[in-house]
Amino acid sequence: MDRFVWTNGLLEPYEDLKAQQHGIKIYDGEDKTPFEYGTLILTSHRLIWRDHKRSDCVLALPLSQIVFLEETESGLGKSAKIVVHLSPAPPNRPPGPVASSQNSYIRLSFKDAGETEFHRRFIEELARRSWEMTQPHPAQQQQAEQAGPTGARRAGIVGIERKLEQKRKETDQTISVAFEDLSNLMEKAKDMVSLSKTIAQKIQDKQGAISEDETVQFKSYLLSLGIPNPVTRETHGSGTNYHMQLAKELAQVLQQPLEECGGMMSLADVYCRVNRARGMELLSPDDLLNACKLLEALKLPMRLREFDSGVVVVQLVSHSEEEVVRETSRLVEESGSLTAEELSRVASFSVMLARERLLTTEKKGLLCRDDTVEGLRFYPNLFSTKPVMEP
Amino acid sequence: MAEFQWPWQYNFPPFFTIQPNKDTQAKQLEAWCLLVLSYCRHRRQYSLDVTDAQDSPLFHNQKIGRKLPLEAVYTVLEELRKKGNIEWTDPKKRNRCLIMWRTPEEWGKIIYQWVTSNGMNNTVCTTYELVNGDDTSNQEFHGMESWLLTRALETLQLERKAELMGSEGVKFF
Repeated sequence: MDRFVWTNGLLEPYEDLKAQQHGIKIYDGEDKTPFEYGTLILTSHRLIWRDHKRSDCVLALPLSQIVFLEETESGLGKSAKIVVHLSPAPPNRPPGPVASSQNSYIRLSFKDAGETEFHRRFIEELARRSWEMTQPHPAQQQQAEQAGPTGARRAGIVGIERKLEQKRKETDQTISVAFEDLSNLMEKAKDMVSLSKTIAQKIQDKQGAISEDETVQFKSYLLSLGIPNPVTRETHGSGTNYHMQLAKELAQVLQQPLEECGGMMSLADVYCRVNRARGMELLSPDDLLNACKLLEALKLPMRLREFDSGVVVVQLVSHSEEEVVRETSRLVEESGSLTAEELSRVASFSVMLARERLLTTEKKGLLCRDDTVEGLRFYPNLFSTKPVMEP
Repeated sequence: MAEFQWPWQYNFPPFFTIQPNKDTQAKQLEAWCLLVLSYCRHRRQYSLDVTDAQDSPLFHNQKIGRKLPLEAVYTVLEELRKKGNIEWTDPKKRNRCLIMWRTPEEWGKIIYQWVTSNGMNNTVCTTYELVNGDDTSNQEFHGMESWLLTRALETLQLERKAELMGSEGVKFF
């Protein structure tokens, strides 16, 4: 019984209510105690007993001090009990109802039944050992100690609300400190963009005394800034409409680079290029993928394609498969044999795409492979072009 | 014995990788089957030990540093088995197989042709003199192993062109 401490009955923020049962009498070992009729509350960290009549009489027992439980069934004139075996009391524990006790166990008598459910929950909670995860903060512990059986300072909903408010403020502060630098940067970037826009306007209107050379220079600066008015969720709402507009923007931005790199670009490359061009208004991979899926439906000059290997690319519609196969097979024939790395060097595709091209061409029966420890090398398919036996 | 003429595929590295493209693979296996049979025929070889064969020049081209993997050797041999050109002597372990670069029927025909052209119809001869005698030294079936000879003669017996007399003698009609 000497392991119990006084408490204000409020749960700590990290504590969760697990079970509750009224009509509980506490025995110190076999001896009766003055705590005859109260509500027993099981939380993730403590066992709390609150007197029915005197609401300021609240006891708590940390679950960490419980060694094991025993259940005794009800009998004639006896109510069911849970025997709680306890470890020795810590030396400097906060004040409790009993200074010292001979017994190393207490008994909880269930006057109004409910012992089975409570026992089950109790065992679960002990097994979970939540108290090891969140050790009560020393300051909070002190608060709990100060609040004696009569001093419920921050009781009730107001107390909880105040606590929540305080917590929110703390979080806010942490976040805003973390993002201060970033928001400064954004601020500057906005200025930069608006400045460049005004200059662009001036150039267009041929206002101000800007020489031809400067115009060209400015224009190149502006180009490197990327897309002047990126499609964003703010301007085009959410959902399909947004993705459709995005798809149109993609088609515009990607046309040129796709033509330059052989009509095909891996989705990862597309993602990098588009986001670099958009500057501040970054796209999420999901949005990009959704927009790319709409490319074909919107009859834009490119489409999304997935290879058997799972590699996803954006491909110009004009860029037909037969052409890829023909081109790849020509390149291999010219060099005698090629690996994906060599092809990527010869034709300046990425290695991944070079590999896909070779595999596609092999599938069409124009190439065959030589698989050795040195790597996968592709040859023109002489099996199908040359007779089995040479005449 | 003249030098064996390797087919062009033997010096083509992809020949030593089983091709994933089914059409290509079919052509590749066809070439392998032909190579195995003509190689064995050239060497008058009637059986094949898989482990030895994998290290022999048949499956290992040292010049281009390519070796047909064991798995692929089995693919080729199974293909030959389906065509009736080989038989496993130990079908479970598949270590050793008998090779018939001609089927017993074909052998039977060749032997019967030789018999007829030498006027040996209605005569009896021993199987030993048939395959080891001086008369047949320039024939393809010279030195043939007795298990294959017996099978070839059995096909002739079915056509009533010969009759086996025990395991040593045969009479041609």
